Amino acid sequence: MLAIARQRMLGQSFKKILPAVSVLRSYSSAAKQITVREALNSALDEEMSADPKVFLMGEEVGEYQGAYKITKGLLEKYGPERVLDTPITEAGFTGIGVGAAYYGLKPVVEFMTFNFSMQAIDHIINSAAKSNYMSAGQISVPIVFRGPNGAAAGVGAQHSQCYAAWYASCPGLKVLSPYNSEDARGLLKAAIRDPDPVVFLENELLYGESFPVSDEVLDSSFCLPIGKAKIEREGKDVTITAFSKMAAEMLEKDGIYAEVINLRSIRPLDRSTINASVRKTNRLITVEEGFPQHGVGAEICASVVEESFSYLDAPVERIAGADVPMPYAANLERMAVPQVEDIVRAAKRACYRSVPLAATA
Amino acid sequence: MTLAWQSVDFPGGKVSYTSEMSFISESSQTRVPCYRVLEDDGDLISDCDFQQVSKEDAVKMYSNMVTLQIMDNIFYEAQRQGRISFYLTSAGEEAISIASAAALSEQDIILPQYREPGVLLWRGFTLQEFADQCFGNKADYGKGRQMPIHYGSKKHNFFTISSPIATQLPQAAGIAYSLKMDNKKACVVSYIGDGGTSEGDFHAGLNFAAVMEAPVIFFCRNNGWAISTNVSEQFRSDGIVVKGRAYGIRSIRVDGNDALAVYSAVSAAREMAINEQRPILIEALTYRVGHHSTSDDSTKYRQLDEIVYWKKARNPVNRFRNWVQNIGWWSEQQETQLRNSVRKQLLEAIQVAEKTEKPPLSELFTDVYDHPPSNLEEQEKHLRETVTRHPKDYPSDISV
Repeated sequence: MLAIARQRMLGQSFKKILPAVSVLRSYSSAAKQITVREALNSALDEEMSADPKVFLMGEEVGEYQGAYKITKGLLEKYGPERVLDTPITEAGFTGIGVGAAYYGLKPVVEFMTFNFSMQAIDHIINSAAKSNYMSAGQISVPIVFRGPNGAAAGVGAQHSQCYAAWYASCPGLKVLSPYNSEDARGLLKAAIRDPDPVVFLENELLYGESFPVSDEVLDSSFCLPIGKAKIEREGKDVTITAFSKMAAEMLEKDGIYAEVINLRSIRPLDRSTINASVRKTNRLITVEEGFPQHGVGAEICASVVEESFSYLDAPVERIAGADVPMPYAANLERMAVPQVEDIVRAAKRACYRSVPLAATA
Repeated sequence: MTLAWQSVDFPGGKVSYTSEMSFISESSQTRVPCYRVLEDDGDLISDCDFQQVSKEDAVKMYSNMVTLQIMDNIFYEAQRQGRISFYLTSAGEEAISIASAAALSEQDIILPQYREPGVLLWRGFTLQEFADQCFGNKADYGKGRQMPIHYGSKKHNFFTISSPIATQLPQAAGIAYSLKMDNKKACVVSYIGDGGTSEGDFHAGLNFAAVMEAPVIFFCRNNGWAISTNVSEQFRSDGIVVKGRAYGIRSIRVDGNDALAVYSAVSAAREMAINEQRPILIEALTYRVGHHSTSDDSTKYRQLDEIVYWKKARNPVNRFRNWVQNIGWWSEQQETQLRNSVRKQLLEAIQVAEKTEKPPLSELFTDVYDHPPSNLEEQEKHLRETVTRHPKDYPSDISV
């Protein structure tokens, strides 16, 4: 009886998948709207103003106002000593940034895309992440690595990989991934203030999106805690975890009474929020746009199986990008990244197991 | 025919032009000469240009060189006996680390590669402190986290040694930039071997330091070998010194086995780096007498008589001793006393280090982050419980 009622509710709701335009982003006391770009820019501005040790480095961050205009106006305001246009060597400027951090400055290093961070990953892992531990606390590295991560649109394999899982597997790093403007402001400020090295994964497609923000968010002292996820929407049928752009996809499909968790922090992962939610809904779907093997979803699944096994009524399902380098052609690209329909189908499976899973290789 | 008054304007400045096509040769007719002050036998070259050393400093330099030599021998043996897991010596390069350190001030920041413990020794790191790090006991400043010889000491301004090669070079440029922003009267000195200059980080570090006008001395120990790779297989340039000009960096080639020459060159470089706010490149020619490390047997790729020649006839310690003795600042008696005393202290230090407890379990989880996150606190609690419940399954020398 309950199942039929649920079926009818969900059946009706499935027809109401709202288009992107009228997305339900209902925050109650929202006054002003700012884009993610403005949120990041204002966060950098305020932190640079508050602490003279904070400085920016990266390709095109100064004169060009930033490849994605995130650092617009900052060179003019703070001068070339605090906004450094670097030559093209990710390994080089990352090493320099780490060195500056070793001695007490607070660099914010921009990668034009995290795909290019692979050229600098030795410095990120071996020089930044591990130094505090290897030096037994003598060398602290208060550095932030930021830039767009994951798929954009039509940029191909070498510009579309998501690095959340790679960086989040390394102890010594903190890894954050904001979704909206509030996340962007609060998490970037927290990252800059944090004494540990932080990898800050933005999303190019979200830079231009506007979100309402409260006065509290706009205040210069605003800061979000690292390691806490946010329940973007409460629900009771299934828990869906997502981060960055995927969180947007989730909120769009106003249908299933899903509890949507915006992870915000990939390392440390907010296991208690995730587990508490799963204990309430008894079902879990993890969503990410990165590759499935050894992904963020795999870690979340393991965590839930370890801590909340007896609460699960259905197997955990991972929705991830296709296990192929990102193709360029628009139709292929669309099929390589999770779409709303994939998530809806997965939710249905979690709730009824009515659509059997195809055998996967 | 070059019309000198005619020049062309391009981004980067004016250049005069020529209608005669000629390529700059890949090497110059003569190699860049090597600055030295002492002959091979320790006699001061007449009429030479050098920075005077006080008696106190000269004696300290010589004693440190001897101490370093003995320390290397004894720790190397300790590894052979299985008492420590790894070691690498500075044999043949004692003048480089001691003399360069002597020319610097305590505020100058050192970013070593790994063959420069002499710098730490000069700055006051004790034999016990060296031994503690090699044994990874609880007195080790590194809390037993790193392999032997990966020393680090904040109070001595000596950055903890990091294994990946040449990463310290752009870091040095970054730190020098911090000093510049703070207007400090100090510089950074970063060491690298001949092999390390092949890394991309060498290019980035030098190029950036020049563009940022950062006060950093890049000191290259060209000892002829990168494990088994001889310099002829490492680069085709005239060593490292010629690369300085490619970056717009003032450079000098110096005899690395001549302690006085190294001392003079580093003193001068330091003044230029700080007063003119510019990077300097020093290439010190020397020879790696020892094996690359305890994991290497260099007789497999080089001639034994080559090694013996450099060890005996071109020894920097003997050379400096001759000079210090000839001046009357050192005697045979002091030599014997010093060697015996150092040897005794080292053997004691090793005994003490070996008996000292290893770091406690709690230090497994600290310093990953500034504050331990909850998942590590849980893991530590879980581990303690497990060790307490099954003590037979865990080493008895770990304090819980």
